Amino acid sequence: MRQSAPLTIINGELVLPDRTEKGAIRVENGLIAEVGLAGPQDGDEVFDAKGKLVAPGLVDFGVFAVDKPAFHFGGITRAAVMPDQNPPLDYPSRVKLVAQSGKPDLWVHPLAAATKGLEGRELAEIGLMKQAGARGVATGRRWISDSGAMLRLLQYAAMLDLVVVSHAEDAALAGNASATAGDMATRLGLPSAPAEAEALAVSRDIALAEMAGARLHLRQVTTARALDLVRSAKARGVKVTAGVTPAHFMLSDLATAQFRTFAKLSPPLRSDADRKAVIEAISDGTIDVIASGHDPRGAEDKRLPFSDAEPGMAGAETLLAMALTLVRDDAIDLVRAFELLAAAPAALLDAPCGKLETGKEADICVIDPHKPWVVDSRKMEATAGNTPFDGQPAQGRALALFKGGVRIG
Amino acid sequence: MTSTRSPQASAGLSREYPAGSLAYPHRDLLGIGQLERHQILYLLDEAEQWVDLNRQPSKHTDLLSGLTIINAFFENSTRTLLSFEIAGKRLGADVVNMHAAQSSVKKGETLIDTAITLNAMRADAIVIRHGSSGAVELIASKVDCPVLNAGDGQHEHPTQALLDALALRHALRERGHSADDFTGLTVTICGDILHSRVARSNVLCLTALGANVRLCAPPALMPAEIEAMGAVPFHDFDAALDGADVAMMLRLQTERMEGQFIPSAREYHHLYGLTMERLQRAAPDALVMHPGPMNRGVEIDSEVADMLDRSIITRQVEMGVAIRMAALDVLTRRTRGVDGWRENISGGEQWV
Repeated sequence: MRQSAPLTIINGELVLPDRTEKGAIRVENGLIAEVGLAGPQDGDEVFDAKGKLVAPGLVDFGVFAVDKPAFHFGGITRAAVMPDQNPPLDYPSRVKLVAQSGKPDLWVHPLAAATKGLEGRELAEIGLMKQAGARGVATGRRWISDSGAMLRLLQYAAMLDLVVVSHAEDAALAGNASATAGDMATRLGLPSAPAEAEALAVSRDIALAEMAGARLHLRQVTTARALDLVRSAKARGVKVTAGVTPAHFMLSDLATAQFRTFAKLSPPLRSDADRKAVIEAISDGTIDVIASGHDPRGAEDKRLPFSDAEPGMAGAETLLAMALTLVRDDAIDLVRAFELLAAAPAALLDAPCGKLETGKEADICVIDPHKPWVVDSRKMEATAGNTPFDGQPAQGRALALFKGGVRIG
Repeated sequence: MTSTRSPQASAGLSREYPAGSLAYPHRDLLGIGQLERHQILYLLDEAEQWVDLNRQPSKHTDLLSGLTIINAFFENSTRTLLSFEIAGKRLGADVVNMHAAQSSVKKGETLIDTAITLNAMRADAIVIRHGSSGAVELIASKVDCPVLNAGDGQHEHPTQALLDALALRHALRERGHSADDFTGLTVTICGDILHSRVARSNVLCLTALGANVRLCAPPALMPAEIEAMGAVPFHDFDAALDGADVAMMLRLQTERMEGQFIPSAREYHHLYGLTMERLQRAAPDALVMHPGPMNRGVEIDSEVADMLDRSIITRQVEMGVAIRMAALDVLTRRTRGVDGWRENISGGEQWV
């Protein structure tokens, strides 16, 4: 799917890398040709944004399923897919297959499994997987508890200049826990692990990354103590970035009341104090990426007793609206919102997109940031409706989506 | 609204309750956490008549005649299952026990399917025990009849807490106490609090009835932020016992432990075993309770467990049948079309 004629999106409120301004954006051959006040030229296709936001398409860093309808609903044009597939992405040919799976209207960037079978022991063929299209290496849903293996992985990835995506939960402390230790887990009688399991894992991963000179991305950092560790590591120049999903800044463990398995996540929902710490970390730049963690799960995984249910949420459709709540609450501005949703994840993947700049890939989303809607798990585009925001009012929807200058939604 | 007086033959006490189903406006008995104080007292008062009946030579009524009660136990149980079975039979119901070994029915849709199957068999009440917290609520959401929680994971065991309260009330009455709640009483619960649904239900029930509850366990067996439930945590058993009116001992649930929590049974007894000597620290004449099964010589010494005047462990078992009869009676009243209980209460708890 190639762009047949140049396209100009007019009457937009452009979300640029450093400011927002009214104007137009012109796209040629799939790339952004001009940003600003340019009018459409003869023969251009014209799209009238009618004063709505014109922003970069979202780059969703770390999803578990390639779920195109949900991504397009959510304004997502690229996704980095986790290696936790069946079979896992620990082999070059599998990586290659996934890398091509979404084209042309969704680009999928596979993250290679760090270890064979994601078992945390033997290194997978990371170099060959990079050649096959992997844009990063991920430990998967689990932490690599063997510190020796983790150090070797970080050194190897540093040599190949691939980012290492880690799931930061100390394995021995977390055990089979399905909740964060605290009042809620105690009342519900759920096996729980202390929130410090995250800080322990983050602390070790940072120390090893610093030693190896590797790029480390902690896919989800959800507790105050772990965020402090990231903050101070950044201050001394460690190449560490952190991400989070909207669940951890919108919800606390109170959402697990009545054993709601849609609110069973990994890492588990935290206390309200930690939730507030996440918002603060998003504001002050400690957190770099907001992603959906999209993981659609059907009844066979979720209609179970809480501790037997699988963790995960279908998040692609709510990512944009939930991130925009931070803008409405004055925690961040619009420019910063799209840095978190598009520019920073694109930079991690080394993908030429995520910003409305001349020469970048024309992945563009037209957004009504105020459009009200209600999240309804029964009416979702995703393959399953396991959203912890079920029934919650939301604001902000993608109205039109362009991938490489071609309208796809 | 008019109100009704509850039968209270044995005590001569009487307390007024809202009329009909407003006295207990729930379809199920899933946890103490969902009950108001007066609903707990109502169930206790209702049980008194069954305590009396159970002490007669002929212990049978036909109150639930024709009704089918299924005891679905997904986790091993001897005493609770037996107690529910006897309760159902004494009320004249047809009681069926389903032993679903935890291993074979653990996964996936099977639990929901089992619930749907039980529902299709048109049971009039289902009693469920399951090893996962919240499993009983999940099943209850899939069936049309009343559901009784006979223990779900580490969450709740409501009939145990109710029978403990009833046993305690009887013991206190024999000593001349006239109140029907536990205001001012100090109860120390010692043992594996972390893994205990009995402890959680008892904390909720005893505090609702006015007691001060102390919990005692080694740090690794004490759940986080338990103070929020209204109990005071201790790690030193002597301090926890100091002046207590009741000592309730719990066993170590080694089957639920992953990893080592206690160096040895001997050491546990040294620190947390209830011995005659230790009992001296409690109030004079303090009562001793244990939900069973007991590990004699570990959490409780035989000479303490067998004290005729102080240990009410066997009375707890006796009260278990009466409480379960009361629960089955109350929960099936709508099905039986008892006056004042026929109305649809699906709207829930508007009067509570």
